[in-house]
Amino acid sequence: MDDLYRELIIERNRSPHFRGELEPNDYTFQDENPLCGDNIRIDVRTDDAGFITEAAFSGHGCAISQASSDLLIESVIGKSVEDVKKMTKEDVLDLLGIELGPVRLKCALLPLKVIKAGLYGMGEATDTL
Amino acid sequence: MKDCKQFTGDFDTLKAEFPTLWRKVSSGADLVYLDSAATSQKPDCVLQAMDEYYRLSNANIHRGIHTLAEEATAAYENARKRIAAFIGAASSKEVVFTRNATEAINLIAYSWGRKNLNAGDIVVLSEMEHHANLVPWQILAEERDIRLEFIPVTAEGLLDMESYQEILALEPKLVSFTHMSNVLGTINPAKEIISQAKAAGAVTLLDAAQSLPHFPVDVADLDADFLAFSGHKMCGPTGVGVLYGREALLRDMPPFLGGGDMIRKVYLRSFVSNELPYKFEAGTGAIAEVIGLGAAVDFLSGIGMDNVDAHGREITQYAMQVLDELPWLHILGPGADKRGGVVAFTLDGVHPHDVAQILDWDGVAVRAGHHCAMPLHERFSVPATTRASFYIYNSHNDVDVLVESLRKVKKMLG
Ligand SMILES: Cc1ncc(COP(=O)(O)O)c(C=O)c1O
Repeated sequence: MDDLYRELIIERNRSPHFRGELEPNDYTFQDENPLCGDNIRIDVRTDDAGFITEAAFSGHGCAISQASSDLLIESVIGKSVEDVKKMTKEDVLDLLGIELGPVRLKCALLPLKVIKAGLYGMGEATDTL
Repeated sequence: MKDCKQFTGDFDTLKAEFPTLWRKVSSGADLVYLDSAATSQKPDCVLQAMDEYYRLSNANIHRGIHTLAEEATAAYENARKRIAAFIGAASSKEVVFTRNATEAINLIAYSWGRKNLNAGDIVVLSEMEHHANLVPWQILAEERDIRLEFIPVTAEGLLDMESYQEILALEPKLVSFTHMSNVLGTINPAKEIISQAKAAGAVTLLDAAQSLPHFPVDVADLDADFLAFSGHKMCGPTGVGVLYGREALLRDMPPFLGGGDMIRKVYLRSFVSNELPYKFEAGTGAIAEVIGLGAAVDFLSGIGMDNVDAHGREITQYAMQVLDELPWLHILGPGADKRGGVVAFTLDGVHPHDVAQILDWDGVAVRAGHHCAMPLHERFSVPATTRASFYIYNSHNDVDVLVESLRKVKKMLG
């Protein structure tokens, strides 16, 4: 129990560093987890070389999806769009530092799904990360 | 072999009959099962009845001449009779086995709906329906250009009966609604809704998935035309549900699925439908599950549905009273006097998923999400809720464990 809700997750859920919306932006995407109704939008700004300069998330969800969003955004700022497109499930789990069962995994991975769909310019997010 | 008929309304000892309730969860805590609105646990005698069929009489039904086939057919049809009696049906011809309540409602939409509904016709539903009583009608609305009207839900969580009168003035063809909300717990005045629908010339379908497990439901008394429920929420197995239909209506309806068992005669290019209820039961049915549901009905009848009802009300009242004392917890829906054993709530600053997760560490099994009622959650402007639901094996102690654990959640995340 102390594992799943470790201090970092509780703290980032309570006071996220990257909550908000960016208008205008270069990439934006929004999606939800139909199982629980969690809804996340991520806005991204990039420079001319294709590096992410700013990003923010909005929407609502459980502590895991909120903390995961915040930590993911922290980790992508300064990265190139192409590198972020290559991020995997393991990268997100490393950021969170926890192990998750199949149901909560969906919560944790929703922000990655959303940011990748935005960067790929997809009509719809997919589960294949 | 345990006889499902032997039990009485001694609720202190009933829990012992449910094997799952004696286990621990992954954290090592004792299980406190508060998710019976999703599916109930199953008593030993029901499991044994199904096991006995597989071990002793396993055979396909209706066509066989041998001993096993005769035994299996007798057990299956006998279960149908007891289930018919349990819901007050005039005859077992009116009891059609389906996979679940969802399939029963789809059967009505597909068969009765396609025969009787045309462009512009009105079907009345309510804002508190489970997706099972929404989507089949949306599919039909798309296909047939029928119009859906919704009885609104008041802020208290009751059906708005005044608006209902206005909707009835539009002369709907069908009124299909839930007897008890799986989120608000609201028990709707089914008898009144049905008699008013009848007076307006509409056919009625009652979704009894939540009500039938909890209190006496009698189709004759309610005067319902159709009624749908699932076995798995009332101590029976998954994989079997029931569509009750008034005989005259069922007789006029075209078949749902085609294949073996539902026919009397088959030619290369045509068929003649079988008699009721077999016309609607294509292919090999869920034989063991039907037998299990028969046993579940014996179990509940032995306890007495009035006793089941009284116990449910008592626990719900207690739960509402103690949950009400938590200022950061908000219950959706009406007071205890108007609801069955379902309490959905939100917790200030904590997402339902996190609530359910932390409760699980204390062994408390609740459900988090929209409970297959997204429009209803939208109505109350909440994306999701946490739901605790109670059944015959729950006690005050279970409620106390829930409350203790909720305090912990609040301290940790709130
Ligand atoms: C009110 C109501 N109707 C219908 C259903 C659907 O039951 P099933 O999934 O067994 O078909 C449920 C189950 O949650 C329910 O609560």
